[in-house]
Amino acid sequence: MSDTTSSGPMLAADGTPLKTSLARALRRQKIRALALIAPLLLFVMITFIIPIATMLFRSVENQIVSATLPEATAALQAWDQTSGEAPSEDVFQALFFDLFKAAEAKEHTKLGTRLNYEQTGTSSLFRTSGRNLDDVGEEWQDPIEDIAPALEDGETWYAMMSGTGSNDLLEARRALWNDMVPDTFNGDVGLTLSDEIAGMLPLTAAAYSDWAIFEALEEERDISTRDPWEAVYAALGLDLRNPETVAAVNAYSGPHAEDLQLVTANLDQMPDLMFRDAFADLDEDWLDPEVWQTIKIYSPDYTSGYFLNAIDMEKGPDGAQMRPENQQIYITLFIRTLWMSLVITGSCILLGYPVAWLLANLPLRTANVLMILVLLPFWTSLLVRTSAWKVLLQQQGVINEILVWLGFVDDANRLILMNNATGTVIAMTHILLPFMILPLYSVMKTIPPSYLRAAKSLGATNWTAFWRVYFPQSVPGIGAGSILVFILSIGYYITPEIVGGTDGVFISNRIAYHISSSLNWGLAAALGTILLAVVLVLYWLYDRIVGIDNVKLGG
Amino acid sequence: MTDLANDQSFVKFDRVQKSYDGENLVVKDLNLAMPKGEFLTMLGPSGSGKTTCLMMLAGFETATHGEILLDGKPINNIPPHKRGIGMVFQNYALFPHMTVAENLAFPLEVRKLDKSVREEKVKRALDMVQMGAFGGRRPAQLSGGQQQRIALARALVFEPELVLMDEPLGALDKQLREHMQFEITRLAHDLGITTVYVTHDQTEALTMSDRVAVFEDGRIQQLAPPDTLYEEPENSFVAQFIGENNTLEGVVTEMKGDGLCEVKLDGGEIIYAKPVNVTKAGDRTRVSIRPERVEMNKERLQEGAHTLKAEVLEFIYMGDIFRTRLRVAGNEEFVVKTRNAPDQPRLTPGTQLEIGWLPEDCRALDA
Repeated sequence: MSDTTSSGPMLAADGTPLKTSLARALRRQKIRALALIAPLLLFVMITFIIPIATMLFRSVENQIVSATLPEATAALQAWDQTSGEAPSEDVFQALFFDLFKAAEAKEHTKLGTRLNYEQTGTSSLFRTSGRNLDDVGEEWQDPIEDIAPALEDGETWYAMMSGTGSNDLLEARRALWNDMVPDTFNGDVGLTLSDEIAGMLPLTAAAYSDWAIFEALEEERDISTRDPWEAVYAALGLDLRNPETVAAVNAYSGPHAEDLQLVTANLDQMPDLMFRDAFADLDEDWLDPEVWQTIKIYSPDYTSGYFLNAIDMEKGPDGAQMRPENQQIYITLFIRTLWMSLVITGSCILLGYPVAWLLANLPLRTANVLMILVLLPFWTSLLVRTSAWKVLLQQQGVINEILVWLGFVDDANRLILMNNATGTVIAMTHILLPFMILPLYSVMKTIPPSYLRAAKSLGATNWTAFWRVYFPQSVPGIGAGSILVFILSIGYYITPEIVGGTDGVFISNRIAYHISSSLNWGLAAALGTILLAVVLVLYWLYDRIVGIDNVKLGG
Repeated sequence: MTDLANDQSFVKFDRVQKSYDGENLVVKDLNLAMPKGEFLTMLGPSGSGKTTCLMMLAGFETATHGEILLDGKPINNIPPHKRGIGMVFQNYALFPHMTVAENLAFPLEVRKLDKSVREEKVKRALDMVQMGAFGGRRPAQLSGGQQQRIALARALVFEPELVLMDEPLGALDKQLREHMQFEITRLAHDLGITTVYVTHDQTEALTMSDRVAVFEDGRIQQLAPPDTLYEEPENSFVAQFIGENNTLEGVVTEMKGDGLCEVKLDGGEIIYAKPVNVTKAGDRTRVSIRPERVEMNKERLQEGAHTLKAEVLEFIYMGDIFRTRLRVAGNEEFVVKTRNAPDQPRLTPGTQLEIGWLPEDCRALDA
């Protein structure tokens, strides 16, 4: 540069580097621009981007299993899922306490629904078992109350469990609760666990804490007078199966030590019930290793299961594998969606190009009338237009009637134009046509007629002039129209839903089904994420092959 | 070369009429004959029908009535691409998606010439317009003047005998335009091409053409070589349109035998003028005199000149010339141009003086 006097960065008049002063001068402009878009940005962020992001997050999120069954899933990690046998007693014991809590909070059905996506029957298994867990608890409650009638009373329990201590156990139990239930259990429970009791009877203290938190904060009752639930008695029974605990209880002198010692004196009256058998009694499916496999596979907080499901795969004991042939639908649907969108885009080009050409070359008045005709469908509800196609396309519909009347089609062999791919293609081509015509028109409008004249004056026939000179210049319009139509149709929902039948539905119909009917939002989110990714990849490919600079929506 | 009666005419318009809406004629009874090799300019204000004539010749418009002949053959029913006429468009119409070389090869390709012949001809055409190094560029990468050259080369590359140009220099700046005017005429004469050139710029028309056809209201008002057109306009439209002109309105009082007539101006002054399209005493007339033929220095007036009183209204210094606006016989737009010479006074507004001119330079035209 000849106007720099020395090497180094160019300086402004006041000696600051030119780049700095330029940036300062432009900052105001940038802030202004940002302020202008801020309201829309905020609106879109809050109402659109964040909800969609959380929705997409659901495609991998899977906390429900470990949150609902925290101890059971922890215990399950030691189980060998290839053994072909149900897990051992400790898993079932953890399951009992987890499921008992979940049933009280009515969270077990949600988990059942979630696992039912992976293995049918799980939903009812959880529902019926949750309902009957009380009976299992009563196996201990009844003998304990017979032996020590004072333990029938909530006041006795409250006095026995209360004392002095750090209350760490209670807070740990509260954290588990909070993972499981949608709302959080904050606030004062009104209980300080005795450290001595908590150390001596760990299961009982944990179960009592669970009950106390739930009773005080969810049911909002006075825990000092209420009777604890059955699981607490079961916990006490389990604690007392340990001879060291029994010895410690016999040496204990805290409140109501005498009632506990009554129980230890009559241990022979306690049941020797195993939870594994109890669950098997509730439902023999609990001994089915496949149920436990499913629970174990889906116990991590994040899972690829929804995505595997969305591409017709599933998680087996040895990792991902294809689903059985008769359960595969999504890949077919994805391919069909892409293929039919291509067909629709192609027919939109074929039908729209001549119309756009006419629009661009007619005198303004006539072109305006034609433009209104093109836009007319836009002003009619999408639903109405699609329903109109239903009237036209059905076997007793207008088109078939005319063809039969004209004799082109035999009355017995009426064309099947609806509830299949044909119907979807016909109706969607009509509906998306304006999105092809408008960009084409706006590009063609900028091609001066002198190019065609020049080509002809140079000796080109009408066709050569069109194909060599006019068409290449209209390609950006075709590109823009194709992108619009293709991307719109790939995510189209209403029209395929109404005229598509089973052969003509798109992937979006399946997404809608999982959102509103089967309520498998995780799968819907995974399908949606894949669809989004496919569109982005296609867009990228398009950019690589055609070049996005070659897309013009106008002028 | 300018013989109108030449029956060997290469391009001929025979009583051609054109109407777009069936109510108004855009071109009214056009008759024109051009010999081979002539450079003819159609000059006129916009809407005068000149471009329509060009488009009819090129085949993009059809004549409503009459016959257009090319080399003796009627071409009314021949489509444009078979007429073999080269054309240069106002905005050049270079195909933006092709390189310069592809643009030039296009007319050769559609004529199915061999690749080697094509390349040879493209190269020669590019060299002809001194653009040999630009074959690989896109039109958008060229300047306006370069695009103009390419458009010219493309119109000439297939060696047409007739080339049409529709205001080809309209988008260029003044200097470039003057340069291109020279180049186009040189090429046209060197190659012996018959050229029809449309413009609304009279300087362009005067400097480039063998003959100029002045269009107005769908008719040719005058068809003549540039000097004749300037010095001997046949009617007041041509006089007004070509160059600058002073007009004084009046009535013919006497036709004299010596090729002059006596005109009584509306202000009462009597002057003599050369009758052009006035025929008898009593005709209203518009007397036209070129600004550079008026003399403001009484001492330099030639023998036989007559004088009028004038008052200076405005003096404009234009570098090579002075332009003085005067009030003469009630006309406040009377302009005199004088050379910027050392002895030429710079007049101040309000100066009273006498001006004069030769009656032969003064033409009595239709009113």
